[in-house]
Amino acid sequence: MYDPTVARLTYRALLGRRRALILGALPLLLIVIAVAVRALSGADDQTAVNVLGGFALATMVPIIGVIAGTGAIGPEIDDGSVVYLLSKPLKRPVIVFTKLIVAIAVTMVFSAVPTLVAGLILNGNGQRIAVAYTVAALVASIAYAALFLLLGTVSRHAVVFGLVYALVWEALFGSLVSGARTLSVQQWSLAVAHRVAGGDLVTSDVGLPTATVLLVLVTVLATWYAGRKLRGLTLAGEE
Amino acid sequence: MSTLTLDHVSRWFGNVVAVNDITMTIGPGVTGLLGPNGAGKSTLINMMGGFLAPSTGTVTLDGQPVWRNEQIYRHIGVVPEREAMYDFLTGREFVLANAELHGLGAKEAQRALATVEMEHAQDRKISTYSKGMRQRVKMASALVHDPSLLLLDEPFNGMDPRQRMQLMDLLRRMGDEGRTVLFSSHILEEVEQLAWHIEVVVAGRHAASGDFRKIRRLMTDRPHRYLVRSSDDRALAAALIADPSTSGIEVDHAEGALRIQAVDFGRFTTLLPKVARELGIRLHTVSPSDESLESVFSYLVAA
Repeated sequence: MYDPTVARLTYRALLGRRRALILGALPLLLIVIAVAVRALSGADDQTAVNVLGGFALATMVPIIGVIAGTGAIGPEIDDGSVVYLLSKPLKRPVIVFTKLIVAIAVTMVFSAVPTLVAGLILNGNGQRIAVAYTVAALVASIAYAALFLLLGTVSRHAVVFGLVYALVWEALFGSLVSGARTLSVQQWSLAVAHRVAGGDLVTSDVGLPTATVLLVLVTVLATWYAGRKLRGLTLAGEE
Repeated sequence: MSTLTLDHVSRWFGNVVAVNDITMTIGPGVTGLLGPNGAGKSTLINMMGGFLAPSTGTVTLDGQPVWRNEQIYRHIGVVPEREAMYDFLTGREFVLANAELHGLGAKEAQRALATVEMEHAQDRKISTYSKGMRQRVKMASALVHDPSLLLLDEPFNGMDPRQRMQLMDLLRRMGDEGRTVLFSSHILEEVEQLAWHIEVVVAGRHAASGDFRKIRRLMTDRPHRYLVRSSDDRALAAALIADPSTSGIEVDHAEGALRIQAVDFGRFTTLLPKVARELGIRLHTVSPSDESLESVFSYLVAA
């Protein structure tokens, strides 16, 4: 199911060029914020929750998911170089699954690791807040990568749609309409974080069983459908 | 030895018919797919390569369907027209990746790079390559698994004459080895120099098929139109219409010129200066008015 050559090409495409800079910018910002907050207001559990929940999980993780998920396949489809993968005796789901693994790994490294570091800076993992949000970021990385990889397969404007989902749906719409929160990767991952942290500092609108089912469902369905789309992907002529 | 068969293949995009009911068989040797830009050549090649589903009809390679059949790529090598090709890799890395995706290794990659004579630049990034070098590395990536069918979409576009010659030699060699090589082009001379067999496509239709001499004759024998300005248009017209090589002459007052339709191209081109000299008429302008490839091709469609 996993092809090391496809993985190598995807890693190099994702981590080369300008994309690596963008991927690195947000985590850096998070660390800077964490250091500044800690220096100005000292260690505080609620502040840690606000920063990790409000910025790291609500904004940084989905944006990195968008960049890594769509970037793992979208540019290749856009510029046509995907033809070098498609013209091989390689099952399409293998291509998609491999790219998903790469996208997940990249999203995890660039979102979960800085979340943990920022959490440790903010309150030294008091109330297990740093670990809880790190686990949430790891879980969310999987679902976001799968979702945005699918988006990169079906749309040429994947980045735009991805950002609209991440910023408008998850951040804005979710805070206004309670129903939208049930269909939010962020809330699902918060349900996991709630379980890890215990107590009432980290809360979610969704129960853990529902969240788990939805996370698995979204990931599996998105991956399956992306494989299907790729099998029937047509390269239109330039005429 | 492989044979690619298109059976009543059509492809439309919305209301636009890009390929219209084409049936053809491509056998071993070099075949040129000739047609003006926008004729549907790329659409055809994409269907031949399994990257586009025919709306109706079938494309098969030795009886095996090409669409949604990944295993067929063990036998097909594809050289796409588009430039994009993992520019951040070196030539060697790129060809090696293509070999690995076929389950092969460094040995095959090196052999393919040697075939296209790109070993000297194999450790440079592809982004630094010239158009011709890119084309050769693309060729290497398509040859790495020793395919029996090679599909090339406008391979000579943007190449300088020397690169063009090299690639032609290479394709000729591939054809001599018994491979089925199909390349598309909108330039008659390219096709004529290289192809043993020509398929002409115009406006999505299969316009002609056969030996290049046959096609060439069809193209030169068609009626030619000329715009001629001279010191005495009427006298010239009278002398020209007496000869069977012209079928019609119109005196165009607005242009101040003659519009001549010639049916025998060879004879007319020697007749015109001879007649002018004999009558002491000076020729100011002699210009073919329908030499565009489009008109040549549309004539073929009608023929």
